[in-house]
Amino acid sequence: MYKIVRKEELNSAVTLMEIEAPFVAKKAKAGQFIIFRIDDKGERVPLTIAGYDREKGTVTIIFQKVGLSTKMLGELQEGDYIQDFVGPLGKPTDVEGKKRVCVVGGGVGCAIAYPSAKAFKEAGVEVDVIVGFRSKDIVILEEEFKEASDHLYLMTDDGSYGEKGFVTVKLQELLEAGNQYDEVLAIGPIPMMKFVCKTTEPFGVKTIVSLNPIMVDGTGMCGGCRVTVGGEVKFACVDGPDFDGHQVDFAELMNRNGVYKERESQVVETHMCRLEKLGRDLIQ
Amino acid sequence: MANMTMTKTPMPEQEPNVRNHNFQEVALGYTKEMAMEEAGRCLQCKKPLCVSGCPVNIRIPEFIAKVAEGDFQAAYEIITSTNSLPALSGRVCPQESQCEAKCVRGVKGEPVAIGRLERFVADWYRENVNAMPERPASNGIKVAVVGSGPAGLTCASDLAKKGYAVSIFEALHTAGGVLVYGIPEFRLPKAIVANEVEKLRAMGVEVMTNMVIGKVLSIDELFEMGFKAVFVGSGAGLPMFMHIPGEALKGVYSANEYLTRVNLMKAYIEESDTPVIVSKAVAVVGGGNVAMDAARCAKRLGAEKVYIVYRRGEAEMPARLEEQHHAKEEGIEFMTLTNPTEILGDEEGRVRGMKCIKMELGEPDASGRRRPVPVPDSEFELDVDTVIMSLGTSPNPLIRSTTPGLETNQKGCLIVNEENMTTREHVYAGGDAVTGAATVILAMGAGKKAAEAIDKAMQNK
Repeated sequence: MYKIVRKEELNSAVTLMEIEAPFVAKKAKAGQFIIFRIDDKGERVPLTIAGYDREKGTVTIIFQKVGLSTKMLGELQEGDYIQDFVGPLGKPTDVEGKKRVCVVGGGVGCAIAYPSAKAFKEAGVEVDVIVGFRSKDIVILEEEFKEASDHLYLMTDDGSYGEKGFVTVKLQELLEAGNQYDEVLAIGPIPMMKFVCKTTEPFGVKTIVSLNPIMVDGTGMCGGCRVTVGGEVKFACVDGPDFDGHQVDFAELMNRNGVYKERESQVVETHMCRLEKLGRDLIQ
Repeated sequence: MANMTMTKTPMPEQEPNVRNHNFQEVALGYTKEMAMEEAGRCLQCKKPLCVSGCPVNIRIPEFIAKVAEGDFQAAYEIITSTNSLPALSGRVCPQESQCEAKCVRGVKGEPVAIGRLERFVADWYRENVNAMPERPASNGIKVAVVGSGPAGLTCASDLAKKGYAVSIFEALHTAGGVLVYGIPEFRLPKAIVANEVEKLRAMGVEVMTNMVIGKVLSIDELFEMGFKAVFVGSGAGLPMFMHIPGEALKGVYSANEYLTRVNLMKAYIEESDTPVIVSKAVAVVGGGNVAMDAARCAKRLGAEKVYIVYRRGEAEMPARLEEQHHAKEEGIEFMTLTNPTEILGDEEGRVRGMKCIKMELGEPDASGRRRPVPVPDSEFELDVDTVIMSLGTSPNPLIRSTTPGLETNQKGCLIVNEENMTTREHVYAGGDAVTGAATVILAMGAGKKAAEAIDKAMQNK
């Protein structure tokens, strides 16, 4: 059992939790992920590591309450326990041998972009960060990004905070202005990552994306997370989750990620009783 | 005087059209009377060939003699003196190619039903005694076992009996490896696996789940933590695909994924949060035991049509005859000498069919089996909405890629000597991680052999 030692609501849909998991904390690196399972009936859900404290033995996760399991996790409070928490899985973000990078984060993907930006910074790399949100009320980790970057560009779709526009607009502008990057790292919704890759392609800038396909075991066993990269089948859990974005078949990934969509919306309704029960148990 | 009936005492089973709608065990096991009757068929050979056919050398005639006498406790003790997991091997061993293949009764008529008797004794003990083993006196020597499948459980059990302080490191959230994620409930109830794990705990074995060795800890770190020897039984978990068009469509699974969702994650129970596609028509590609398991799960989940699509003939199928027979009884249709060439999708990216080509058998290939070759102009479309690829698996690279000095062959299987030691001193390995995908009992045999070798090495230290 793994204890939730801290819980913070970052915005109405996004929650931060710090979980006591000493073995995971000891090895975790930016770009890697964990898999959690709430209870005996729970599914295995992968989440990218948002931070870790090796001394305290804790790992931070930041998640959007979109599906059944993340909604249920969101119902839990500080001091509660979850059944399983395994990691660190996947390969860490490669921070070696770079002088200057641009980290692009979109929405809740910023939670994952942050530790990578920080890791680059700590490795002595010059870091530009572009983060994008729909509007001001869902901006997260602004202070953290300021510390982890040399330049922070904050974008909102509606212009309610920072500059108005998509992250790709700012990225295009920076590239056109002649900024040279050894690498662009894009983490966010699939369409955003796809368009970041389209933006960087004409400039010939290497672009890494962090993929989030459906997984079960996370150790290479099920093959459910297979993605096509450069015409080859790769397993995101062991070969990734970071891949060369110019080689990724995004359309295929998008399609595969939708496989349980109908079921998920039904289940959230029919399984609401479990959610409610969980809530009741917590109140009592 | 021996019972000279030519055929095995039949074992009761659930009716095919009942069981293909539930996940309860298919074979129901012998009653005491049936077991004693069948035990009477053993001729008590002076030189029992059956024992030499058993990878863990169970003293078969001795335990069968006790069953014939009705002394099941004594029979249990004889079996468990060499085999830690009889409830498992009695269910999933391919006895027809091992002990029973050597039985003299099989020369004229059917061999003694050794597997059914082993299962009976193990079940009798669990249902009537189920005493947890006592904790042996500790010798204080720490041994790490990586993986809790049949190889790891056997190795841990044998070492614990000798007093070693054993810790099992399991990557998934439940111990049992392929016994829980792969083999379905209706062939091997998970409560039986859990019971075996409980016995290990009673002997003082520490079972740590969620420990992916190669990620959370390396083999070298295990030695730093004070473990004096490591046994690697990490299995062959990586699924293979055909690399034909359409394998990325929604509705294409590896057998590993399908079985893991159904068995480990219990997707067949309504309260489980793990989804699995509810299919109308399923094609399972492959002819092994895993393919049979996947097909039979699909049927139980409600698929109207389930096909086994296999490129060779039925005689070449690697699945046990009993599994093939059970699958057919349950309404699985066998399409042999048939090979998929493309999986077809609809506008939404879901499987809508599978293009196949007819095959015929040509000259023998490297495996000694006749090579299947396509019949020109014989392509046709199979109407399915789900495709399960059951083409075999290869060992997981997580350990070999993080352990310096650990050598593998081209297939990625760990290289071991005759004592199951790898190319690293004090690192032993066995089961599918060494052989590639094979049987539960071979893995158990390897775990046993490695435990003996580890004990010998530690004594000589």
